[in-house]
Amino acid sequence: MSQILTKEMARNIFYGGSLFFFLLFLALTYQTHADISKGDRHQLLDDPQVGEQIRLGKKIWEENDCIGCHTLLGEGAYFAPELGNVYVRLGSNIDTLKARIKGLINMPATGVPTRRMPRFPLTDEQVDALAQFLKYVSEIKTNRNWPPTKQG
Amino acid sequence: MKYKSQAVAKPYFIAAIALFVAQILFGLIMGLQYVVGDFLFPEIPFNVARMVHTNALIVWLLMAFMGAAYYLIPEESETELAMPWLATLMFWIFLIAAGLTVAGYLLVPYAELAKMTMNDLLPTMGREFLEQPTVTKLGIVVVALAFLANIGITILKGRKTAVSLVLLIGLLGLAVFFLFSFYLPDNVVLDKYYWWWVVHLWVEGVWELILGAILAFVLIRVTGVDREVIEKWLYVIIAMTLITGIVGTGHHYYWIGTPEYWQWWGSIFSAMEPIPFFMMTVFAFNMVNKRRRNHPNKAATLWALGTAVMAFLGAGVWGFLHTLAPVNYYTHGTQITAAHGHMAFYGAYVMISLTIISYAMPLLRGREAANPARSQVLEMWSFWLMTVSMVFITLFLTGAGILQVYLQRYSDNPMPFLAVQEKISLFYWLREITGVVFLIGLILYVASFFVGQRDPEKAVEAAPAEA
Ligand code: HEC
Ligand code: HEM
Ligand code: HEM
Ligand SMILES: [Fe+2]
Repeated sequence: MSQILTKEMARNIFYGGSLFFFLLFLALTYQTHADISKGDRHQLLDDPQVGEQIRLGKKIWEENDCIGCHTLLGEGAYFAPELGNVYVRLGSNIDTLKARIKGLINMPATGVPTRRMPRFPLTDEQVDALAQFLKYVSEIKTNRNWPPTKQG
Repeated sequence: MKYKSQAVAKPYFIAAIALFVAQILFGLIMGLQYVVGDFLFPEIPFNVARMVHTNALIVWLLMAFMGAAYYLIPEESETELAMPWLATLMFWIFLIAAGLTVAGYLLVPYAELAKMTMNDLLPTMGREFLEQPTVTKLGIVVVALAFLANIGITILKGRKTAVSLVLLIGLLGLAVFFLFSFYLPDNVVLDKYYWWWVVHLWVEGVWELILGAILAFVLIRVTGVDREVIEKWLYVIIAMTLITGIVGTGHHYYWIGTPEYWQWWGSIFSAMEPIPFFMMTVFAFNMVNKRRRNHPNKAATLWALGTAVMAFLGAGVWGFLHTLAPVNYYTHGTQITAAHGHMAFYGAYVMISLTIISYAMPLLRGREAANPARSQVLEMWSFWLMTVSMVFITLFLTGAGILQVYLQRYSDNPMPFLAVQEKISLFYWLREITGVVFLIGLILYVASFFVGQRDPEKAVEAAPAEA
């Protein structure tokens, strides 16, 4: 590398540059906190009716590792359908979504070698909570209404 | 081996390789489940295999990084490790914790594991890559603190080189950003936002410092090029890494409910992230061309050059491929992501780990400089088998991804997810077959440790002048 740049200069660029861009990142994060509240549907989380259910749904979502097969808003595993918009895909009807989940977790063995969802031992109350959680995620306002199609 | 205490690195390297084998076996299970959906169902559901595959990967890379630090810090600092006993103790704690966690994944349903480990007290489970029970996460923090104290004190009492400082900063950052795995807000947008502070700021931030430092160390040793030159390169590379990579986190904030301006910040900064990877390639080849000696460890040199090339391809090229917001709109969360994830992880972090293992293991096993020729030949075969298969795995996944994007997201009549998966299953079969070749390469790699250890060895020789 050129002789003009000394090791000390390179080191200072490293420290100074990293610090500057980290602070910039923190500033952008601060701004993001202010801006996401417009579309993140946090109101639902505070809602006396469904807030508790959504929280429970998120917990069940996590404690069963649903993300290990599915994506949620494009993040997760690529083995099973996107669920960030499953509420919309199934016709924006909460009862259809509940019935779909119940159908999947009660599906008997078919003998056909297709991808399967495990038969999670979930109560009706837990399924309701999961459905409310998925409905909440589907209502989060994403840029350009991602995903591009309702197929996810 | 110049310092006795460097020996603590050896169990770390051995455990790393063992977990690597486990990772690949579970990768192959998943690869088969992609095409034969009910394979091992319900005994090992896909998500469980995936947890084992990715967590084994992360744990073995951490083991390799720690082994690397325990090996190179005494040499750089020109002093014995401060507390070798602590390093050995932490090794066993880490190994047992990892073993119990994997046993937990495989033996009980995940929800049961969450209950058994009292996830309720401090919920952190159930997110991609961060599936470990909270107690395991706490264990990782303890191990990391003890480790950092150990090498930190060693550096303080000895010579302070750029290589060891950069390594230390990288490892400190690794520990600090891991703390975000304990933050789990109810708000899904914020949850995702800070999840990337672990994942992205690791692989495209602080881990690159670790990568750069290990690469610099090995290049100093095998090429004999002046330390001043190599350390200047190191600083320039990691400066570019953090200057582009921190704000580059924005390439994950396009479609998760975060504001639109992230499409600009993310696209512009992450588009520059390939630069440090490119510099790393130029750097490695330059140093090897300017070498002052011909080190008999040809395999280690090959791994070092391989890292530089494959990291650039996997992270730089395949990363750039889908990093601009208008492209990512279509590719987000598809097999394109998986293609990139595989080649980047392999090219950067798997290969740098195998580089330092290749360099250090012969010395740790009491040899003067390198493994015998027979062993090196086998190791170089394994290099080519694994690396070429990873290139093909990436190409097949990219093919699958392009078709998936077209059929599911772009064509006039978008097809449902599972119907698309059915249509592109040929690519998954090819990926699986290539995965078997990868496994063969890995078996040869393991075998290379057992070959010709009694053969006599060649010494380091000066390079012919003007070489
Ligand atoms: C082992 C992998 C796996 C896990 C874990 C998993 N799923 Fe699934 N899921 C699937 C597969 C495969 C399908 C597609 C089934 C089909 O259509 O026949 C599916 C389908 C679905 C669907 C319907 C999608 C649609 O487009 O109609 C919903 C809703 C769903 N899963 C919810 C969940 C929830 C909630 C969890 C966690 C409690 C979960 N899944 C965990 C594999 C999994
Ligand atoms: C060194 C080699 C390997 C590395 C570093 C690696 C790494 C990874 C990573 C990081 C993921 C998560 C992907 C993501 O979320 O984007 C993953 C998933 C996966 N890996 Fe590997 N892997 C390796 C080898 C293999 C092999 C040999 C196979 C099988 C042939 C395999 C099969 C899979 C499968 C099927 C998934 C799941 C993808 C999904 O989410 O649907 N891997 N691997
Ligand atoms: C060694 C360095 C790198 C590693 C190990 C790595 C690994 C990964 C992995 C595993 C994912 C998938 C995460 C998930 O499961 O959701 C990912 C996503 C991504 N990476 Fe990288 N990466 C690296 C560098 C880069 C670089 C340099 C770029 C850009 C130039 C880049 C661009 C992206 C993008 C845009 C995504 C999101 C994909 C999506 O939208 O689904 N990566 N990376
Ligand atoms: Fe990233």
